[in-house]
Order: sequence, then C-alpha cells, then structure tokens
Amino acid sequence: MIDLDYMAGLVPVILRFVPLTFGMAVGSMIGALVLAAVLAVIRVLRIPVAHQAAGVFISFFRGTPLLVQLFLFYYGLPQAIPAFVAIDGVTAAMLGLTLHFAAYMAESLRGAILGVARDQWEAARAVGMTEGQTMRRIILPQAARVFAPTMVNYFVDILKSTSLAFTLGVTEMMGAAQKEAAGSFRYLESFLVVAIIYWIMVEVLSRVQAWLERRTERRATGGTRA
Amino acid sequence: MSGRCGASLAGLTKRFGETTVLRGIDLCVEPGECVAVIGPSGTGKSTLLRCWNFLERAQAGRVQIGDLSVDAAAATRAEVLAMRRRTSFVFQSYALFANKTARQNIAEGLTVVRGMPQAQADARAMSILRDIGLADRADAYPSNLSGGQQQRIGIARAMALDADLMLLDEPTSALDPEWVGEVLALMRRVAEAGQTMVVVTHEMQFAREIANRVVFMDGGVIVEEGPPERIFSDPTDPRTRAFLQRVL
Repeated sequence: MIDLDYMAGLVPVILRFVPLTFGMAVGSMIGALVLAAVLAVIRVLRIPVAHQAAGVFISFFRGTPLLVQLFLFYYGLPQAIPAFVAIDGVTAAMLGLTLHFAAYMAESLRGAILGVARDQWEAARAVGMTEGQTMRRIILPQAARVFAPTMVNYFVDILKSTSLAFTLGVTEMMGAAQKEAAGSFRYLESFLVVAIIYWIMVEVLSRVQAWLERRTERRATGGTRA
Repeated sequence: MSGRCGASLAGLTKRFGETTVLRGIDLCVEPGECVAVIGPSGTGKSTLLRCWNFLERAQAGRVQIGDLSVDAAAATRAEVLAMRRRTSFVFQSYALFANKTARQNIAEGLTVVRGMPQAQADARAMSILRDIGLADRADAYPSNLSGGQQQRIGIARAMALDADLMLLDEPTSALDPEWVGEVLALMRRVAEAGQTMVVVTHEMQFAREIANRVVFMDGGVIVEEGPPERIFSDPTDPRTRAFLQRVL
C-alpha cells in the first residue's frame, strides 16, 4: 500500500528545500525577536501613545489567524499600496510570520522582564544609570536568560508555520511535496515524507532546548530576591 | 541651612496613598559625618533614604547634596539623575546585579555611568576587592556568594562610586547573624575613611560606636538627634527612652 521506494526517492527532493524553509524561519525569528523586544520595552516602560499602539498591534496579530494575515499581506495589500504589488511570496510570508510571532513573543518577553526582581531596577538606578542603560545592561540580559528556552518553542512554531507559505505560491518543503503528490498521485507518501522531515528538524531543536534549560538551571540567576 | 550642609533634607514630606510616612523632615549632614538613623519599624527611616536618591518621589520638600539643591516633588529627569550620581546606595537585600560577577558589579557603575575605560574600572574593582579581602571571589556570581560576601560587594559597589553621600538602608538586617560582624567591620572602615554617610540601622552597637550623630525617628518625624553618647545615656524624649529600653 505504501510505496517505500517512492518515499526514499522523494527524500532528497524535499531535502533540497530545507535551506529555504530554515532560512525563512531564521529570518522571521530574528525580525520577530527584535520587534518583540521593542514592543515589550515600550509596554513595560508604558511609553505614552506607543504603549497604546503596541497594545493594538499585539491584540490584532494575536487575535487573527496567521493564514488570514498572510493572505492580507500577499493578496490584499497590493490593492491598497501599489508598492506591495511587487512583493513576492517569500517576503510576504516572512513579513507575516515576523509580525505574527513578534506579537506573541512581546507578551512573553514582557512577562520575563516583569519577572526580574524590583531591586535589580533600583540598584541600577541607584548607581546612576538611565532607564535605557538599566534596561540594556541589567534587566534585558536577566529577562533573556529566563526567555531563552521559550524562544526555542517559538522558533519551532515559526518553522512549522513556514509551511503556510505554500498558500502564497512559494515552493518550500510543503509546496514541493504538494507538487510531487499532484504529479504522482502518491499523496500519502509525499506528505508522510514532508511530515517526517519536519518532525526530525523539530526533534533536533527540542534537544537544543533541553540543553539550554539545563545550562540555565546550572547558572541560575539566584540572588534576585533574598 | 543648605549652605553649610554637605547634604540635607528640608521639609521632606512623603505619602503612600492615604498614609503619611514622612512629615516634614529636616536633616543636615556635614561633610565626612556618619549619621545613624534609628527608630521603630515603619517610621519612614528607609523611605527617608529612598527619597534622597529618588527611588521614591516625595510630595514636598527639598533635597540637597553639595551645590545641587532640587525640589523633591518637581525634580526633572536630569535633576533626578544628577542627584543619584552624587549618591551611592547599599540595599538591605544586597541587590547585586544577578547577571554580573562580583568584579563586574563594582566596575559596572564606573564604566556605564562614569564612562571610565573598562580596564581602568576593572583595576579599580580588583583593588577594592583585595582591600576588602574578597579578591578570590572576583569572578563569582552573586548566587554563589554568602550573604555576608554579597553585602560586602554591595558596599564595595557603593565605595567605588566615591559619591558625595553614601546611603545605607539596614545593611545588616537581612544577614544571618554569623555574617553581621564582617559587614559592620567594613562599614566602620568606610566611615573612618571619611565617607559622608547616612545609615538606617537596627545595630545599636554601630550607632553608638561609629556614628558621629544619632537621629531617632518615630511616626514620620525626627524626635531627637544628637551625639551617640547623649542619645544613648541621656535621651530627653520619652519615646526615645521607651525605644532604647526595648532594644538595648
């Protein structure tokens, strides 16, 4: 019933698209992380106007499906903004993934920042640091340590979500599998191969996460509250 | 008044919601003086220190250090920063930077705030660590230091800043009894080196032996102040007498 030879032949075909999938995920992750840090700092410091704007942004991108957002960017926006006519599927997908996951990451990063003991803020202010210096030198590094294992979770999510890019006509791993299946009518084999490759990638990442967590525990932040 | 004082508070008033914690505090600290603030818990002693470097914002009064005198209620961001940079602060909870080693804790303010080159700041931090007998713990993170070591680093961090006024908020209250001695010994050295300091403390021994002046606070006001010999042997106010009878 399952054509194992066909599956074996398909593996190298799909593997060729691993770099694209992985690249889209890494690019979106970096973008999301930077944007999330900015949003989280704005929320924590309650910077007027920006604070409210960030709230609306986070609410919208958490409150609507990723697929809807991708369609909005790729099919919808060119209608309103001519510059977007030239947008390609990969860019649109990465833009959507960045904004979507930035919204989620901003909230958990905010939690990590608020989890840093109050006396750390006070100690930084007491030596004469500005709010920016306090944030950069003392608070964010401690929040990042707490946030690091969670970050791997988000990366796994992003990696799997890149498969939605095929709905924008991008031939990444999922798109390639879909094309192969359409040609050979071997849907089960094709999607099984792509699923297994995703699974292995995520497994590897989970090991990295477990290692990160052990390392964080060993160098526990300690001394935060006596 | 502020002309003669190295540092002073005038008419300082602080409320938390409905509760008035400080009711018009006037205090003048001469350069090189060590003032011990004593009194029952919850009488605003810590708040007094925290208003001085704007960790808390008072509702009225003036705060002065050297030639800088600011309105405590209306101070601008720049004034707050300037006042903080003339003070150093030692916390009851130590509050060492958890993401920095002992040496980095001391050097951090020098590089980030004072703009001192890293190498010079590290050298200064190491010299202070040697001085206080903790050079071998230079690369340890706070979580790997004892309470006594953490608080000595906390004092070292304040010493490095060489501030006009050092504020110490119950520096031995969170310590296990076995570590209190080493911290008090370091505080004594800092005082004897001529550092202007205001110490909120429950250590009557320290107040009696090291402070130049003792200030007794109760109910958000300074009830009585004077040289330690007089306050401890001949307190005039009944509240001071009652307090000292309880703690001595």
